[in-house]
Amino acid sequence: MKKLIVSIVLVNLLAACASKKPPESAAEAPKPAPVAAREEPRAEPAPAPVARTEVDPLNDPNSILAKRSTYYPFDVSVVQEEDKPVVQAHAKYLSEHANRNVRLEGNCDERGSTEYNLALGQRRADGVKKMLQLGGAKAGQLESVSYGEEKPRASGHDEASWAQNRRTDIKY
Amino acid sequence: MFKMLRGVFGVLCLAHAALAHAVLNIEIIGAGEHQIPVAIVPFAGDAQLAQAINEVVSSDLQRSGLFRLVDPAGKAPHEPGEVNYADWQGADGLAIGSVEQQANGRIEARFRLLDVVKRSELMGQAVSAADGQVRAVAHRVADLIYEKLTGDQGVFSTRIAYVNRHGQQYRLIVADSDGYNEQIVLTQNDPIMSPAWSPDGSHLAYVSFESGHAVVYVQSLYINQRKVVANFPGSNSAPAWSPDGKQLAIVLSRDGSSQIYLVRADGSGLKRLTFSEAIDTEPNFSPDGQFLLFASDRGGSVQIYRMPVEGGLAQRLTFGGGANFSPRHSPDGSGFVFAHLNNGKFYIASQDFQTGQMQLITDGGWEKKPSYAPNGKLILFASEARGRGILATVSSDGRVRQHMFTQNGDAREPVWGPHL
Repeated sequence: MKKLIVSIVLVNLLAACASKKPPESAAEAPKPAPVAAREEPRAEPAPAPVARTEVDPLNDPNSILAKRSTYYPFDVSVVQEEDKPVVQAHAKYLSEHANRNVRLEGNCDERGSTEYNLALGQRRADGVKKMLQLGGAKAGQLESVSYGEEKPRASGHDEASWAQNRRTDIKY
Repeated sequence: MFKMLRGVFGVLCLAHAALAHAVLNIEIIGAGEHQIPVAIVPFAGDAQLAQAINEVVSSDLQRSGLFRLVDPAGKAPHEPGEVNYADWQGADGLAIGSVEQQANGRIEARFRLLDVVKRSELMGQAVSAADGQVRAVAHRVADLIYEKLTGDQGVFSTRIAYVNRHGQQYRLIVADSDGYNEQIVLTQNDPIMSPAWSPDGSHLAYVSFESGHAVVYVQSLYINQRKVVANFPGSNSAPAWSPDGKQLAIVLSRDGSSQIYLVRADGSGLKRLTFSEAIDTEPNFSPDGQFLLFASDRGGSVQIYRMPVEGGLAQRLTFGGGANFSPRHSPDGSGFVFAHLNNGKFYIASQDFQTGQMQLITDGGWEKKPSYAPNGKLILFASEARGRGILATVSSDGRVRQHMFTQNGDAREPVWGPHL
């Protein structure tokens, strides 16, 4: 589902580029290409469309950009060491793609009041937002919101479920 | 006053589709220490109605924890002349009466409360309601009996609000204080949080995620109208009405961490009240409008604080192990009730301002979001049983608990409404 949305967005984006400034897009396209191109031929050799040599690294399931969530211990809102490379990679991508925006959605487990968890989820999302900005993303590309404990990914009342629910999702 | 109340309910019924008989199961646990024994005899004419008056009255009185119901055991006097007082020695109070539905649909009950010990009549009164609202009549009868025998104001005719979550669907629901007579205020596929009654019971403030993030709305319960109170970037939440109904305390994350602000009910006149790097949330006005209670993690764990509404220093009120959430003043302003988290269990607890002593009111489990009935004698909260979120009440002394199982999904975020 997530992939589907991403690819639809991408198609729209490419279409917009093509219609607005066809000559420049051809000229500019090669610039960011080398970053992604190194891995691309191996991933999909045959079906690569002729018209597009640049494949967005967001679509590469092997890219670190495929990771779109950060996870937290109970009642903690700072980005954990193991998740920092993920956030930094998205920061770099966003700094290089000024036309891309992300929505940061903070979530919590169900321990605490709904209102405290809403605030905690907001603090988690804002923490990721701040790190993205430090990494070069612009404030205008970023929106941070919280769902608190209202949209649990896992519904169990145990640590395994709670660990899934304590996270910030990076949504393009 | 009573007529006005009924008229208002009529409008509410028209404006929102009613869920018929959605509360199916009520369990009452425990017994009070000094209970008044009463017998509520089936009313004459009851058989013609959808609901027996005496059953609703009995259930109301029992739920309060202050009464012990004496079984009429088949005896059914309807007039004082038919009462043989010797038959009722186990009861102090005896309620008898009759009820009829008039041609226009109006329900009218006439009842008398008799003092079995003195063999005299304590009260005789007629109560009526439009549109076949038998339960409303019964709640009013229960209020009158409660008031006569305890000296406190009854709360059975008041209403509660809560959120029902069923799969992806969220519904904001208003119901009678016993959970029956549900009316849907809002249905959507995005979360709804933190309903809060205006002091006159005419509006609900709440948090809805329908626009993609938490936004505070105020909605009329009588006409199809609502307004955005706060829709800033980030989270807008935790609405609490001032006692005069003119202002709301709300929580915004727009300036960084979640902080408490004051705003007029129309969304104008925003003023920041707390200035911490921490999370400050769940504000609640004192009955005199001078102070706010709130929950904050400024000291590390989440604890309850109090500050003047005018602004200024906050004083920490809860100490000791665990974390504390969702404070609400008692109606007389002498203390507050809150959710206490310790060793993975949530308890409903209360604390007196003078003694500073915390008292656990429940045995612990998954018990959150307490609010007092307007007379301070009962506390409504969210609990969990059989894997579902349910509504529960407990007498403020902790002795009598009631579980209300709604039909589908989880009941969450309950809040007790005011006297109308």
